[in-house]
Amino acid sequence: MKRHIVTLAVLISLVIGLVVATDLTDIRLFDRIATNLCISLVLVLGMQVFMGNSGILSFAHIGFMGIGAYTSAALTIPVQMKGMALPDLYPVVAAVELSPYLGILAGGLVAALVAAALSYPLMRLSDAAAVITFFALLVVLHTVMLHWSEVTNGPRTLFGIPKATDLNLAAGFAALAIVAALAFKESRTGLLLRSTRDDETAAGALGAKVAVLRWQAFILSALFAGIGGALWGHFITSFSPKAFYLKETFVILGMLVIGGANTVSGAVVGAFMVTFAFEGLRAVESGLNRAQIFSEQVVGLTEITLALAMIGIMALRPGGVFAMREIGAILTRRARKKRDSS
Amino acid sequence: MTMFIQFLIDVLSLGGAYALMALGLVIVFGILKLVNFAYGELIMVAGYTMYMVSGLGLPWLVMAGIAVIMAIMAGIATDYVAFRPVRAKSVTAVLITSFAFSTLLQNAAQLFISPRPRTVPLPEIFSATVEIAGVITPARNLITIAAAVTLLAFFAFIMKRSILGIAMRAAATHFTMTRMLGVPANLIISSAFAISGFFAGVVSLLWIGRIGTVVPGIGLEPLLIAFIATVIGGMRSLQGAVLGGFLLAFIDTGLNYSLPQELLKFRDAFTFSLVILILLWRPQGLMRGPATGQRT
Repeated sequence: MKRHIVTLAVLISLVIGLVVATDLTDIRLFDRIATNLCISLVLVLGMQVFMGNSGILSFAHIGFMGIGAYTSAALTIPVQMKGMALPDLYPVVAAVELSPYLGILAGGLVAALVAAALSYPLMRLSDAAAVITFFALLVVLHTVMLHWSEVTNGPRTLFGIPKATDLNLAAGFAALAIVAALAFKESRTGLLLRSTRDDETAAGALGAKVAVLRWQAFILSALFAGIGGALWGHFITSFSPKAFYLKETFVILGMLVIGGANTVSGAVVGAFMVTFAFEGLRAVESGLNRAQIFSEQVVGLTEITLALAMIGIMALRPGGVFAMREIGAILTRRARKKRDSS
Repeated sequence: MTMFIQFLIDVLSLGGAYALMALGLVIVFGILKLVNFAYGELIMVAGYTMYMVSGLGLPWLVMAGIAVIMAIMAGIATDYVAFRPVRAKSVTAVLITSFAFSTLLQNAAQLFISPRPRTVPLPEIFSATVEIAGVITPARNLITIAAAVTLLAFFAFIMKRSILGIAMRAAATHFTMTRMLGVPANLIISSAFAISGFFAGVVSLLWIGRIGTVVPGIGLEPLLIAFIATVIGGMRSLQGAVLGGFLLAFIDTGLNYSLPQELLKFRDAFTFSLVILILLWRPQGLMRGPATGQRT
């Protein structure tokens, strides 16, 4: 952990810088963008915890985000609202009304518990089989969310979730996520898991329990995803299961891959880059739509650009912007070189 | 008895379509170990081609031919855009590029055509019904069965007898050795993608024949079906893919006939849980193919 002090300082100051800059400009749109960015950070870092350390592409991540969002919603919607928002909710849950902050934590915990219960057997798989199973898991979670009307209001929009997430709260969780992701990476479990990523057979032969290690990382990753989802739910205040499917998966995966999945710095920088590029393009899109240059609405420009960027990054720099070293290591090494040469 | 014939026709027609979908996916996976997420979008390309040429007043079969050719071209484009630049790199890189290419095509369709459904021309025979032994069934079911049987037989012949087919099977078994014996790698890979596109094109005609319209997201369901079928049958075996397709159709139709209404909406969750169980029990699928992992 010690050698990552610089990394930690740089990454956290990025988040603090974002908060300060937003507060100074005091524009509502910027506030929304910055909060969304912080929530994305929590989600991307959660994905990094599993994918970066184990080397397995996890498609199921966004499903756990959905679990977190719906858990927190079911626990925090005010009791008198529940009759309207979730008419068929089980009486035990319907009587509960937690503070949103407890709800967010509960969302993370439930997501982690579900992950712990479901995922252990999946951790034996690698490569293509793992990818397809995680994809299947995402579809299962999505189908359940789509049809479990008692808790999720079915495919319809769930509304009435109390607004609790502001920029400071989201940024706080983002900073915590950075610390946790770095700490996990440097922990004994993280180190062993990274050794299985680089050579599964060799690490297994040396006594690393591959499945158990992956399982631990997956639970932590689901905890992040659940918290991120609950934060998002309390920010957006109404959503439907559609929000937790392939489109969101693609965006979060794009952030991680462009930044570099193997490093925490990569996850953070990727989230920043993609968010800013997205908001820029979205402004272009809505500008075009307002000017009505084209007869139909312009949609999908952002996704097309992100897709091209992902293919480009994979072809030219498959590890992403930060492929192996954390930003702190790069900076210290540069400083040392400068000192040596002078 | 009528119930049984009805069930049989349903299973066979659905299974034929599923088997073709799975075969298109597995032909690429078998040789390249690439899970091609953009496979569903090949189906979408064929659908939109049908929509775009529908104004030209051509006979339906000619339009269908153009659509299949476009799907083949899109398949080859997948190779050039998403696969060739990252071929030598990690499995994850290839997965990500194919996922990105799939999103790219889908959003391009949204941007340049429309997010809303578009009608596709269908020949009259698709909406006709036929009576067999007291069972009334849409003619398109029988067409699907016939098309599937013909194509599967033809494809089996190509793979067993033609030089290209033998080279492709050899490449799936041992890519490096095949190259050393003088088979050009790029030709094999492009052919695999072209065949994948061909199956996607045909599937598209049969699939859209059920719905009648095409939307940007139309490829997702066939893609998922192909995934499950290949996983059940065996990721590396062509026979396995066909078997998986029919088995999945049997399970789906069986659940349709037997599940009560309130559980039926969870059918996909049941099927996908089944996939996870099968993968745990037999990570290779029911039929084991040749074991290899290289593709350079």
